[in-house]
Amino acid sequence: MIVLSTIVFFVGLMGVLIRRNLITMLMGIELMLNAVNINFVAFNHYLFPHRLEGHFFALIVMAIAAAEAAIAIALIINIYRQFATVSVDDVDELKY
Amino acid sequence: MTGPKIIFFVLAAAIVVFSILSITSRKILRAAIYLLFVLVAMAGLYYMMNFQFLASVQLILYAGGIVVLIIFSILLTSQINSRLDPPRIGHLVSGAVTAVGGIVLASLTILQFTFKPTDMAAIDTDMRTIGLQLLDTGIHGYALPFEVISILLLAALVGSIFIAQKNKT
Repeated sequence: MIVLSTIVFFVGLMGVLIRRNLITMLMGIELMLNAVNINFVAFNHYLFPHRLEGHFFALIVMAIAAAEAAIAIALIINIYRQFATVSVDDVDELKY
Repeated sequence: MTGPKIIFFVLAAAIVVFSILSITSRKILRAAIYLLFVLVAMAGLYYMMNFQFLASVQLILYAGGIVVLIIFSILLTSQINSRLDPPRIGHLVSGAVTAVGGIVLASLTILQFTFKPTDMAAIDTDMRTIGLQLLDTGIHGYALPFEVISILLLAALVGSIFIAQKNKT
C-alpha cells in the first residue's frame, strides 16, 4: 500500500516536471496529494486502527486540495486572458 | 490470494497504469479522464479499507468537483482536439530519473522497515463516530481544524472568484 502511494507520488512529481501546460501540472499535483492521502489512510487502517487520526488528516488534505484547485483554476483562467496561452514557457512576465 | 488482496492488486494496477497514462497522454482531455479513473480507483481503495465516509467524500469532491473544474478550465483554455507538444527530451529524462530513483529509494527504505501495528481494539469507522469526533473539542476531537479549514475554503473560494473576475474596479 505504501509502495503504491510512493509510486503514485513520484508519478505525480514526474508529471509536474515534464509537462509544460499549467493544467496538466495541476493534475500532477492532485496525484501527489492523493498519494499522501493513501498513505495516511493506510497507516490509520493497518497500524493504528483504534484511532481516526489519519482519516481526519486525509479529510483536511482533501479540503485544502479543493481550495488549491479552485484558486489554481482561477489563476489559470486569468493567465489565459492575459497571455492567451497556458504553457509555462510563454508566461514569463510578472508585470506588463 | 484472498479476496481483498486480489481487489487491492487490481485497484493498485489500475491506479498506477492510469496515473502514468494521465501524465503522458498527449490529449489533455484524455489526461483529465485518466485522472478521474485514478481518483475513482482510490475511492475503491478507501471502500476496501472500510472508510466509507472518506470514499464518498473522495467521489463527490474529487471525481465530482475537482475533475469537473479541471475539465471546465481545459474547455475554456484550449481546443479539444489540440495535441500537447511532446515534453522536451531533457525534461523527460530528468523527470523520469527523478521519479524512478525516488520510487526505488523510497520503496527500499519502506520495505526494510518493520511496521508494528498496535494491539488495541479497532474503532468502527461509521458516520456516527466520525461526526462525533469531528465536532468534539476534547482530546480526540477535531473541531478546531474543522473550523479552520472551513474558513480557509471560504476564503479561497471568495479569492478565486475575485481573481477570475473579468473587469476589476
